[in-house]
Amino acid sequence: MSFISMKHLWKHYGQKPVLENLTLDVAKGEFVSIVGASGCGKSTFFRLLLAEEQPTRGRLLLNGQEWPSEPDADRGVVFQRYSVFPHLTALQNVRVALEFRQSPLLARLFGSAKKEADERAMAMLESVGLAQARNLYPHEISGGMQQRLALAQSLIREPEILLLDEPFGALDPGIRADMHELMRGLWEKHRFTVFMVTHDLKEGFALGTRLLVFDRVRVDPQAPDAYGATITYDLPVRRRDRQTYNELSAEVRTLTALSRGADVLEERG
Amino acid sequence: MKRLINRRPSWLTALLLGLIPFFIIGMIYISYSDARLLENPDDRLLPSAMQLVEGIKMIAVDEDPRTGQVILWADTAASMQRIGIAMGVCTLAGLLFGMLNGMLPYVRAVASPLVTAVSLVPPMAILPILFVIFGLDELSKVMLIVIGIAPFLIRDLQGRIREIPAEMMIKAQSLGASSWQIALRVVLPQVLPRLIDSVRLSLGSAWLFLISAEAVAAEQGLGYRIFLVRRFLAMDIILPYVFWITLLAFVMDRALYYTNRAAFPWLGGRMAKEGA
Repeated sequence: MSFISMKHLWKHYGQKPVLENLTLDVAKGEFVSIVGASGCGKSTFFRLLLAEEQPTRGRLLLNGQEWPSEPDADRGVVFQRYSVFPHLTALQNVRVALEFRQSPLLARLFGSAKKEADERAMAMLESVGLAQARNLYPHEISGGMQQRLALAQSLIREPEILLLDEPFGALDPGIRADMHELMRGLWEKHRFTVFMVTHDLKEGFALGTRLLVFDRVRVDPQAPDAYGATITYDLPVRRRDRQTYNELSAEVRTLTALSRGADVLEERG
Repeated sequence: MKRLINRRPSWLTALLLGLIPFFIIGMIYISYSDARLLENPDDRLLPSAMQLVEGIKMIAVDEDPRTGQVILWADTAASMQRIGIAMGVCTLAGLLFGMLNGMLPYVRAVASPLVTAVSLVPPMAILPILFVIFGLDELSKVMLIVIGIAPFLIRDLQGRIREIPAEMMIKAQSLGASSWQIALRVVLPQVLPRLIDSVRLSLGSAWLFLISAEAVAAEQGLGYRIFLVRRFLAMDIILPYVFWITLLAFVMDRALYYTNRAAFPWLGGRMAKEGA
């Protein structure tokens, strides 16, 4: 039995299928990169994993059990934006995750419990290189630092699964490379299972152990919404696998161009 | 030569420029007042500066022989108590019901249509009903302000809460927070400055309701006094009262504004731009 297992998973919005017939098994500790053209169900897939939404049909299992019905502390998440709380300093942002667990009524810790939580939070901040910024508010630090903070905040509860939705998409290339290194280090250390949605194929290759490409297999120009997207490629990735990267890069570009073509057809209707 | 849109006055120039309109209005008033008094020394409509000082002395310094109180202070105390209690109730109601409505879809389904409907009732139209239900004393005046302001605050806060990015609410859940914990640590601190700001902006309406209610039925209060002395055309009292009410409103506005800036450093001056 695998860690995460999907069987014939469908997601409809009203009558419109967005995802069709996904079947996938993911082992513990895998780093799954998800790429695809926009509008191809990546975000919907991500919301299913978060349990922000439920599949319309099919089975989604975690350790052989039903998938949870709402977001919880077993699945950490980092979004592209709004991932940290603007009214808390860096240290408070990380500590609050511990306060949620240890103080159900007030969600605040005092005295020695607070000191202990602060120490753990500081250690986590150090591991993402934010020790200096502990007393700064999010609006006082850069976008890259905010994403580091969001990572630290998500990891302090030691989730089994980490969900990343284009976490580095809004960052400068240089900062992004730093973030990749950090991400890899954290993953090697904690060995959580990662799903990362990205539209940067290179990023998917650089970080992932496995790459999923989402696309529509069937396109009906007369009824563009008639079919949903599914997983068209499911590849194991070795780091710096140049040749595969180049091949796939061309492939995805063609696919993207194809679906754009379909979009154009739609527009001309 | 820079474009007009890029030319900015220094703060001193801005201050002086800002004073000019007030100065002009003062000058126009004095010249009209002089002209009228020259024609008829008993004219009451535009009292001279000396008459205004006399009027102020009578209401703000001398004790009223009948009650032994200084009228202005007694009126101010009565009005401030009413508006203070009413705005306190409004703020608490706004916070409680705004949070419940904003966060819980089931509560919203029940309460939101009612709040919307009530907020559209013109409060002055139901003033007679309030007098019948709550009597002519303090309660009816407080209730008028509450009915006029609270639904607005609830709706506003509800809207502000729903503007909190979905990502942030999901992030909180993914850190294991319960609904209550999210309310306490994520939503409340983020909407408090908004609430204070909305209270600040609704003070103008609150004064309107207060003075209206006092004009209709009261034995004390700033609005009551203005409408009482109106019968004698006592502009030497009405004008200082208007000035005084404006000053009170201004001080309350600034106090809330600076409270917000001092209490919520994480806003990073965002509110300052919106509110000034």
